[in-house]
Order: sequence, then C-alpha cells, then structure tokens
Amino acid sequence: MSSPEAKPYPGTQAVEHGKARADEWPLFEIFIRGQHGLSHRHVGSLHAPDAEMAIKNARDVYTRRNEGVSIWVVQASDIAASSPEEKGSLYEPANDKVYRHPTFFDIPDEVGAM
Amino acid sequence: MYAQMIKSTGDGVKSLDEMEPQERAFQERINAGGKIEPKDWMPEGYRKNLIRQIGQHAHSEIVGQLPEGNWITRAPTLERKAILLAKVQDEAGHGLYLYCAAETLGVSRDQLTRDLLSGKMKYSSIFNYPTLTWADMGAVGWLVDGAAIMNQVPLQRTSYGPYARAMVRICKEESFHQRQGYDIMMKMAKGTPAQKKMAQDALDRFWGPALMMFGPSDENSVHSAQSMAWKIKMNSNDELRQKFVDECVPQAEYLGLTVPDPDLKWNDERGHYDFTQPDWDEFFDVLKGNGPCNTERLEARNKAWDDGAWVREGLMAHAAKKRAAKLAAE
Repeated sequence: MSSPEAKPYPGTQAVEHGKARADEWPLFEIFIRGQHGLSHRHVGSLHAPDAEMAIKNARDVYTRRNEGVSIWVVQASDIAASSPEEKGSLYEPANDKVYRHPTFFDIPDEVGAM
Repeated sequence: MYAQMIKSTGDGVKSLDEMEPQERAFQERINAGGKIEPKDWMPEGYRKNLIRQIGQHAHSEIVGQLPEGNWITRAPTLERKAILLAKVQDEAGHGLYLYCAAETLGVSRDQLTRDLLSGKMKYSSIFNYPTLTWADMGAVGWLVDGAAIMNQVPLQRTSYGPYARAMVRICKEESFHQRQGYDIMMKMAKGTPAQKKMAQDALDRFWGPALMMFGPSDENSVHSAQSMAWKIKMNSNDELRQKFVDECVPQAEYLGLTVPDPDLKWNDERGHYDFTQPDWDEFFDVLKGNGPCNTERLEARNKAWDDGAWVREGLMAHAAKKRAAKLAAE
C-alpha cells in the first residue's frame, strides 16, 4: 500500500506531498515560458528559502540553455490538485459529447475547406 | 550506469494472477506503457526501490562533480575552463532534477543527503577513482558520461513519470558532456607524443572502471527481473555493457589509442566485440569503501554540507524576517 504520506521514509517527517517540512527550505514548482509565445509550462521543482531566491535558483537550474524568457515560481504547498480517484467524475462526462469535435460533422467536399 | 546493485524488496516477480486487483491494475498499466504518477497507488516495493535507485543516481551526479572539479583551476585554457565549469554545473543540475523526482515518493532531499553523508546510501563506484591528469577530463567525459548515456536514454521511457521527465532533461544535456570529453581526447591524442601518452594512460585507467559502471551480470538476478517488470530498469547490465564496448572501440581506433584489453576482438558470428570482463573483485572492494578516493569523496561532501549550514539557516531566517515585515506592513 502506498501513499507517500502514509508511510514516511525513515527519518523524514511525514507531510502531504508538496507540503513543506518544518526544518527544510520549502519546495517551489517552476514554470517557464519559452521564446515562441507558448504559455508557461511546468519544468520541475526546487528548494529555496523564499520566492525571490526560487526565481534565482530556477534561472540557474532550468534556463542554462536559453529555455525561457519568463519564470513563475509557486510554493508547492499552495497548489491544489485533483486526485486520481476523481478521474471518472471529472473526465468521463466529456466522452459522450463527441459533437464538441469538429470531425463529428460531415461537410460535403463541394463546400471546400471549412 | 549510475545506480548499481539496487536490491528490490520483493521475492521475485508475481504473475498477474497472483496479484490483488489494485496491484494487477498497476502492473497492467505499466505493461501497456502507461506512466505512474506521484499520487497514484503503487506497491511499497516499487516506491522503495525507486527511492534507492533515483537517490543513488542523484548522489552520483553530485559526487561526480568532485573528480572534475579537481581540474577547473588547472584547465589548460580559459575556454576549456569555462566549458568544464559549465559541465560541472550541469551535473549539479542533474542531481537536483533527480532529488526532486525522488521527493515525489515521500522522501525529503535533506534526508537523502544525510543518508549519502553517513554512507548509508551509495553512489556510482566510478567516482572513487582519482583524476590524475588533464587527459582524465577527456576520458571521464567520453567514457563515464558515455556509459551513463547508454543507461539513461532507455530510462526516458521508465514507468515512473517524474523520473522519466528528469531523464529527458538530463539526456538533452548529457550529449554535450560526452562530446566535450571526446574533444579533449582528440586534441590530446593528436598532440605531442607526451600528450598522446597521457591520453592512452587515461584510457588505460578508466576503461575497466567504466565497464564496471553497468554492474555485474544480472541475467539471473531476481532483483533485476522485478525492476524490469516494473520498467524502472529497461535493459540488462550485460546488454548495455556490450553496447558500450561496441560503440567505444571504433571511437578509440579513430583516436589512434589502444583499448587495454588484449582479448578484445570483433566476433562476426555474434555481430559484437568479444571483450574481457573488468575485475569484479576490485568493483566489490570499491563498493565496500576501499577504492582509492572513497574517504576523500565523502569527506568533501560532509565538509561542504557542514560549511554550508550557516548559509542554509541564514537564508531561512532572512526569509522569515521578510515575511514578518510584509505581514506587519499589511
């Protein structure tokens, strides 16, 4: 049985995933926006004493090769996430709404590109 | 391979029929090429094994900075120095990506560090060898990073999502490491007779330890079979070692250097090189802590951790003070 919180690794304080342990620098999740106009994208995480240092560290850890032009940092404990058990109730309703996809509709070739 | 001799906690691989429904669903997902994510259910053995493997891999990246850091102040040119600095900085980054992946499994980075410093957790045997000349920087990049790539490329498809993603990032950067090493070897091998001799000497000393990086044969290991069923190990140790030898021999030939193995020979029937196994007694001895640099490496890591304590605490105190001031102003 395993949820990381349930059985902490020996010597490690049990905390919910992503929550900060009292004696360590908190964990920050790092988001980088690349050069080509796409949205910020999650690239990984790191530890830092505060958000300002997290940005400095993220610059060194995640943009050594021009990977980005903008950095967001979010303390991991501030992120709310859906859980795997909710998969059904969250995503299954989309399955029976195939008409939301454009390919649901047959448009005759004579009409041309649409 | 940066993770050697990882022992699984189970007693061999269970068949799907022997599994409880939860575990069966887990294994079927892996069999179908699906990814396991941090919040998903996983067997305790899978989690423990991964912590050991990813932790050992991360430690290897961090300790691996030491043999190369040794030459930063003595690099022959400013450009070589800048390149080596960038390479060693990458290794620190690789360690960080991997610690973060391990942390998603419920262990903390500081705990992993403490286990490294106390000697409870291991790092790759290769980093317990000294780097005696500048040519060693070439041999390390070419052979050690080359061997690491053999193992890391398939691990990009490993079943644990955070580990696979860390591997993707690492592999992108690793190819720079290998090429900069080979570049040093080319320069030395085509240099003065003395330089060429240094290059040959570096190859002579690193060849065996590089072959050991893949670990002893694991064709009959239950640990290995379980790891492969879980897709946290993608190839057998012998398979990867053979691939490594097959790639390295022509590269050594191009350099005009001799691989230090009198029995090395192309085997037409197998389509592979036949080669001599490295000295496995030496390997186990190094793992036990008796390599030339084991003590020095752990001392250096312990000193860095102890000397850095005031920085970690100071920055934490500063952050708390700033938070308090901000609250007071609101």
